[in-house]
Amino acid sequence: MRALRFLLKKEFLQIFRNKFMVRLIFGLPVIQLSVLPWAATFEHKDIQLCVVDNDRGSYSVRLREKVISSGFFKLSAYRTTYAEALESVEEGESDLILEIPAGFEKRCVNGIASEVMLSVDALNGQKAGLGVLYMGNIIQDFNASVQGEPGNMQAMAVVKPYYKYNLRMHYQNLMVPGVIVVLVSVMGAMLSAMNIVREKEMGTMEQMNVTPVSRSVFILAKLIPFWVIGLVNLSIGMLLSWLIYGLLPSGNMVVIFVFAFFYLLAFTGFGLMISNFAQSQQQAMLVVFFLLVIFILLGGLFTPISSMPGWAQGVATFNPVRYFIEVMRLVYLKGSGFADILPHLLKTGVFLVVFNILAVMGYRKKSM
Amino acid sequence: MKVIEVHNLCKYFGRFGAVRNLSFEVVKGEIFGFLGANGAGKTTAMRMLCGLLTPTSGKGRVAGFDVYRESEKIKRSIGYMSQKFSLYEDLTTAENLELFGGIYGMGRKEIKAKMAGVIEGLELEAGKALLVGSLPEGVKQKVAFAVSTFHSPEIVFLDEPTAGVDPIARRKFWEMIYEAANRGVTSFVTTHYMDEAEYCNRVSILVDGEVRALASPRELKQKFGASSMQEVFFALAQKAKRGVS
Repeated sequence: MRALRFLLKKEFLQIFRNKFMVRLIFGLPVIQLSVLPWAATFEHKDIQLCVVDNDRGSYSVRLREKVISSGFFKLSAYRTTYAEALESVEEGESDLILEIPAGFEKRCVNGIASEVMLSVDALNGQKAGLGVLYMGNIIQDFNASVQGEPGNMQAMAVVKPYYKYNLRMHYQNLMVPGVIVVLVSVMGAMLSAMNIVREKEMGTMEQMNVTPVSRSVFILAKLIPFWVIGLVNLSIGMLLSWLIYGLLPSGNMVVIFVFAFFYLLAFTGFGLMISNFAQSQQQAMLVVFFLLVIFILLGGLFTPISSMPGWAQGVATFNPVRYFIEVMRLVYLKGSGFADILPHLLKTGVFLVVFNILAVMGYRKKSM
Repeated sequence: MKVIEVHNLCKYFGRFGAVRNLSFEVVKGEIFGFLGANGAGKTTAMRMLCGLLTPTSGKGRVAGFDVYRESEKIKRSIGYMSQKFSLYEDLTTAENLELFGGIYGMGRKEIKAKMAGVIEGLELEAGKALLVGSLPEGVKQKVAFAVSTFHSPEIVFLDEPTAGVDPIARRKFWEMIYEAANRGVTSFVTTHYMDEAEYCNRVSILVDGEVRALASPRELKQKFGASSMQEVFFALAQKAKRGVS
């Protein structure tokens, strides 16, 4: 174990002498956290709206004004027939058609249910879905205000969603904890995956192989520095998310760090495992890139895992990134404690053992 | 005392016999030259002796340990300097020495005490605190030798240690090998320079994976009626079927 001390000194010296590495470690969190959460937004503003008003009464005007004033829609066209409105969509001028039927005002006043038609360009599914959702809420609101007026006594059931845990439905509250996970995962996997294979390319690996250093001590000396860097990165990420977005975990920060303690050991082991099997830095880079894309897309950051098809949910079970994203959201938004994240911790423990055993096994000091 | 004993050692990669029926012995303090054309199997043989490669068949003992089962024990007793210059270029001379000393189990005090002597002996004072990557080729070579012998190994394996180095630096390098031999360190050297072969106590010449000659340079020259090792090498290596293009 005495050798470990000397090897660790060497690894840290090498990391901090590499100016690019230092910039990466401290620069990447700043860039990712100050840009990504703003760019990767779930909100859609300025949905182009085409109105077909067959009633032309004061209620139509009120509905239209209400829709526009919500800020989510912009009146792009005003057409007299549905066919004309469809043309407007086909030309790419409008995303959504709101058709108000003749006799709308009369029916409203008499408390008779009236149907307005929404036609949406579903080319961009997310935009379409959100457009319909926003519009539905606005119309419901309109219903309520109309019913509240004297003379309109008919009561209607109104669905009123109440968003728990993320009260104002700020997408950033959802994104930022996830982006921090992506940040530490990308850094951990990339840096460690490039490391051992670099020694192979430089020829220093052979010099190591001819020494009596044990395989596990060698891997441990590689693991510890990147694990420390990961924890530093996580701290920087959390600090920045507080400074930029005012976001603090509603649960105990210790829960996050305890989980990260194991997660980063697992993920660094994952990078080292790839590095051991790779023959060149390019190869290691491509494999890590390929797997990271899958991990991130199936990690529940952009699309919820529960809405994925069964097979994809099955694949996501073997995705370590997914568990950390869940833990971060649970602790940040819901204030969960150790008992809640125990299943996540146990699964990460399995990854830790498997990746690191493969990392040590994959390192061969003697070839056949 | 025999420090390397090899008997019928073979290494096959598939059907290709990289090294065939290698047999020789090296005694303590000897400078043993291992000659051969490119592709003759020198590096493969050396890698087997260093515990980096498992032989296909035959017997081998290095520093008293078996090459099949005790390769990690062999590694404790040997130093290795490879053909490719392979120290950490982003560490200084002193840091490289400290690192490898530490890996071989030397303590901090022991390292410090020994470092001063080694740096002085090899005239490396100027480069001590410089990154190895910034040193000239000849100095790098000296540092690599210092590192491979820092932990006082019984045997040091030198794989083309002087490739790409100027004649003066080469001469100095051989002086270091002689000094080590005087301390009882056995040197196992491969080289392409035939003048260097003359410096060895004994020389073996490998052709197509087999030893074709093994004796002192003087005996070899007599046997082949040659005036230099160069002629001896030509006489043998020209018959090679492998690596001729």
